[in-house]
Amino acid sequence: MTHHTSTGLDSRKIAFWTFIGSECLLFGTLISTYLVYEGRSVVGPTTREILNIPITSVSTFDLLMSSLAMVLALAAVSRGDLLWSRIWLGTTALLGMVFLGFQYYEFSAFVREGLTIQTNLFGSTFFTLTGFHGGHVAVGVLLLLTLLTRSFQGKLGPDRAMNVELTGLYWHFVDVVWIVIFTVVYLIQTG
Amino acid sequence: MSVNSDAVSSEEHAPSVARSGVWSWITTTDHKRIGILYGISAFFFFLVGGLEALLIRLQLASANNDLVSAETFNQLFTMHGTTMVFLAIMPLSAAFFNFIIPLQIGARDVAFPRLNAFSYWVFLLGGVFLNASFLIGAAPNAGWFGYVNLTSRQFSPGLNIDFWVLGLLVLGVASLAAGFNFIATIINMRAPGMRLMRMPVFTWMSLVTQFLVVTAFPVITIALVFLLFDRTFGTKFYSPAAGGDVLLWQHLFWLFGHPEVYILVLPAMGIVSEVLPTFSKKPLFGYAVIVYSGVLIGFMGWGVWSHHMFAAGLGPIADSVFAVSTMMIAIPTGVKIFNWIATMWGGQIEFKTPMLFAIGFVAMFVIGGLSGVMHASPPADLQQTDTYFVVAHIHYVLFGGSMMGLFSGIYYWWPKVTGRLLNETIGKWHFWLMMIGLNVAFFPMHFSGLLGMPRRVYTYPAELGVESYNLVSTVGSVILAVGMLVFLYNVIRSLRRGERAGNNPWGGATLEWAIPSPPPPYNFSVIPEVRSRLPLWREGGVSEIPASPPEPIHVPGGSVWPVLTAVGIIVIAVGAVAKSVPLAIGGAVLVLFFAYRWAFEPFEM
Repeated sequence: MTHHTSTGLDSRKIAFWTFIGSECLLFGTLISTYLVYEGRSVVGPTTREILNIPITSVSTFDLLMSSLAMVLALAAVSRGDLLWSRIWLGTTALLGMVFLGFQYYEFSAFVREGLTIQTNLFGSTFFTLTGFHGGHVAVGVLLLLTLLTRSFQGKLGPDRAMNVELTGLYWHFVDVVWIVIFTVVYLIQTG
Repeated sequence: MSVNSDAVSSEEHAPSVARSGVWSWITTTDHKRIGILYGISAFFFFLVGGLEALLIRLQLASANNDLVSAETFNQLFTMHGTTMVFLAIMPLSAAFFNFIIPLQIGARDVAFPRLNAFSYWVFLLGGVFLNASFLIGAAPNAGWFGYVNLTSRQFSPGLNIDFWVLGLLVLGVASLAAGFNFIATIINMRAPGMRLMRMPVFTWMSLVTQFLVVTAFPVITIALVFLLFDRTFGTKFYSPAAGGDVLLWQHLFWLFGHPEVYILVLPAMGIVSEVLPTFSKKPLFGYAVIVYSGVLIGFMGWGVWSHHMFAAGLGPIADSVFAVSTMMIAIPTGVKIFNWIATMWGGQIEFKTPMLFAIGFVAMFVIGGLSGVMHASPPADLQQTDTYFVVAHIHYVLFGGSMMGLFSGIYYWWPKVTGRLLNETIGKWHFWLMMIGLNVAFFPMHFSGLLGMPRRVYTYPAELGVESYNLVSTVGSVILAVGMLVFLYNVIRSLRRGERAGNNPWGGATLEWAIPSPPPPYNFSVIPEVRSRLPLWREGGVSEIPASPPEPIHVPGGSVWPVLTAVGIIVIAVGAVAKSVPLAIGGAVLVLFFAYRWAFEPFEM
């Protein structure tokens, strides 16, 4: 098949970048709302009383490492290295699942300590923002597991590296969003 | 030309292409057929919204009228606004995006034909879902901008607002998917030589519109999610008792809502920019300036939202900033108006029906624009907010503006879509009925508004002194209804025995007029090479396009997965309205399952 396009780029890549631009507005709205409402809860618990920075630092590191694995996965698929593409795709997915595990632990700890989505403004904005992000990570894990399955079916050669590249774009974007969330929610607490 | 492939594309043979029958339309991925489906569906919703408007006008024809109850009236005006914005004007524009853009840029289809089908089916099912609320007597009833805390569970305990929130969320999915698709199409599917600054202005304005769609819809999506969560899970986003702020909704809604205004009007501006040069036999005056003004409007459209909130009391600084930015956005709009007038100036003008509607657009949009600049001043706006003056403004902009432009496009491109012309005499009747009807209906609203007639009240006392203005408005709406019947007669007549149109009945300059009417499934027998911004008006402006393809062309088969995925999304929405977790999860499973079938279906372009 020939790939003639006006820009020379794959149309999927253009659509995907547009999608990521759109997602910026989505998370932008969530993060802005969090910041606008920070410190306005009328009952506790809120940020300082409940956020666990050491544990979240570990999960942040985990997610950052998953981006590294993603880069290596794309490189392996592009050069047609079956073994390492499977190892790195699997590693990325696993690190994503570990992050989700941390989030599950964090959410249940908060609920035990008396913070639910209904408790106060902090609960509503925090769970919605991080929940949306977690949902995005879950979709990413699903994409990665799909790619891994395709690889085991022998249908993920270098000719289909674009599929891995697009998943990678998404994965890195979700990672960057977490860096912002970690910074403004956990590290810079003004509330 | 296979410009794009899906995840897997060569494992089996592509399904054969059925070209007739209901099934072929349900599974179609042909941009022209999807355009026709968008057009028919949107026009149907336009008639529904029009009937709602007629009922509203009949109720308001006299003081203390009791044709409909207050509750029914609330549902009517809410659904009238919601329907016209999301189910009529936006998808009518989408009909033109679909049918015309690939033809104007010299492409065989959009970048993602199945995603295109998906957008259409999500839109249609979302529209049906929203209107199905009438069947259980719970149509949305809190106005088309759904202000909290009126829409909070406390003050709207019924299902009405749930239908509204979920309906708009679903429609947002359709608009976003179409946005990504058309941006990729316009940027990446242009024929050789079709440089950006050679693109027809309609395609340009559509591109700006799509950028507004993909940036504005995420904002309303989150605003609606907050509202949904507040109503369903008891979150506190819009709860003042918990420290929340109801103004958050207003900010987020209008942050979406003002770009949305330009989403509604930019496509019509694009249409008019095609029609005026064709019937003036002159190139568009100041092409580049029109394009740049459109782009500038796209940017500035993001900086004016709080002019919808002057009455909320944001303080003098915010009011001043938004007053100035609102007055400034009139500048690029004014530039366009003068360019259109200059296009006609000195031209050999032919007053065919599309041209009449285009001129009508320019004239009516000026009136709507002038009242718009009036509300840009906060002291004036405080007198006008929530009165019929604002209703007059929005109808001059969206009916006198967008709808006149869209009708201009319907008359202009109808022969390309169907191969037959609409009747000119009946068309002129239609035009004059609409032109007279809309001015009779909407102009008196300026006066009734300034005299104190509030929006969204189901009746008013005779002492208010606005009864005669209201009666005139009602007469105008009946004239508009007659105009629509005349148009429908013209459509049916044209389909049965309309005069055959050749490739280029109007002598247009752009690529869509270089191919047969209606276009063959593959659009262009060979992909043209473009050498001019006015390919058909310049000697050698485009390479020759033979009458029949010199070599066989692969036309992609249809697919059933987009429509099934769309059904899954509606199942989620129904589950959410019915508060049924199994149904919602079932819908999500369906979406996932069908999306996978879609991704791994052999589909080659």
